[in-house]
Amino acid sequence: MPNEKEGSSAAMNRTDVKRKSDRELIVTRTFDAPVHIVFEAWSKPELFKLWWVPKSAGMSLVSCDMDIRTGGTYRLVFSHPAFDQPMAFFGTYKEVTPHKRLVWTNEESDQGAVTTVTFEEKAGKTLVTLHELYPTEAALDEALAGSAEGLPEQFAQLDELLAERS
Amino acid sequence: MVHYQARLDTTFAALSDVTRRGVLEQLGGSDASITDLAQRFHMTLTGMKKHVSILEQAGLVTTEKVGRTRTCKLGLRRLEEEAAWIERHRQLWSARFDALDELVEHLKRKEKADAKRKRR
Repeated sequence: MPNEKEGSSAAMNRTDVKRKSDRELIVTRTFDAPVHIVFEAWSKPELFKLWWVPKSAGMSLVSCDMDIRTGGTYRLVFSHPAFDQPMAFFGTYKEVTPHKRLVWTNEESDQGAVTTVTFEEKAGKTLVTLHELYPTEAALDEALAGSAEGLPEQFAQLDELLAERS
Repeated sequence: MVHYQARLDTTFAALSDVTRRGVLEQLGGSDASITDLAQRFHMTLTGMKKHVSILEQAGLVTTEKVGRTRTCKLGLRRLEEEAAWIERHRQLWSARFDALDELVEHLKRKEKADAKRKRR
């Protein structure tokens, strides 16, 4: 049946990253599961920490505190062999609407983005759209530069692993 | 810190002219001197120099003076840098989401198994 082709894993497993405007980044991906399962993996700390830190990045999660409700806060602490000090990422959940939307701030920097994740179920699959809105264009540029150049070790490892796999 | 928006503005301004797009296409085939380009596009040397300098400012073309000739070639570095950045992010998110994919698959199977057990 031609319709079944649409669900082929090659098309489904694609992670798309786009710069939507000078202040916004968008990452999308479809998961082959109903929304309540995908949402659970984002909203339960014991599940979240199983996937959020790519093993290939060589980082490990030292602690993961998530008080996942509107107005609640989170704090993730990472360590990496290349860094002397662990790094903390923290912020507040602006909105937690089960099976629909998660919005959180990134407060480790005063130029941190607001991250919005939306979940849309269609025919048993879930489209996840992650949207990062930076306060200023300069802040996004900074983040890009930081992520691209500031963590060379991390990305070098990731690149290496991906090169091996491909 | 180069500003992305300003950079895009310069790029798009450079690309907004039909002659300059023609020059890029030409340079995509082979490098050329400003004199060559001026002749091909039926322009004065001064006119072509202006176009090339706008393309150069946008990082789309690089020029090099050898003797009395200025040779132009495509300068794709900037576009490549941006593409490389997007690609790095795609890899990070891919790795992250591949792990999530596995987990979700596992949870789905578990849920089905649990449902079966309950029905018994």
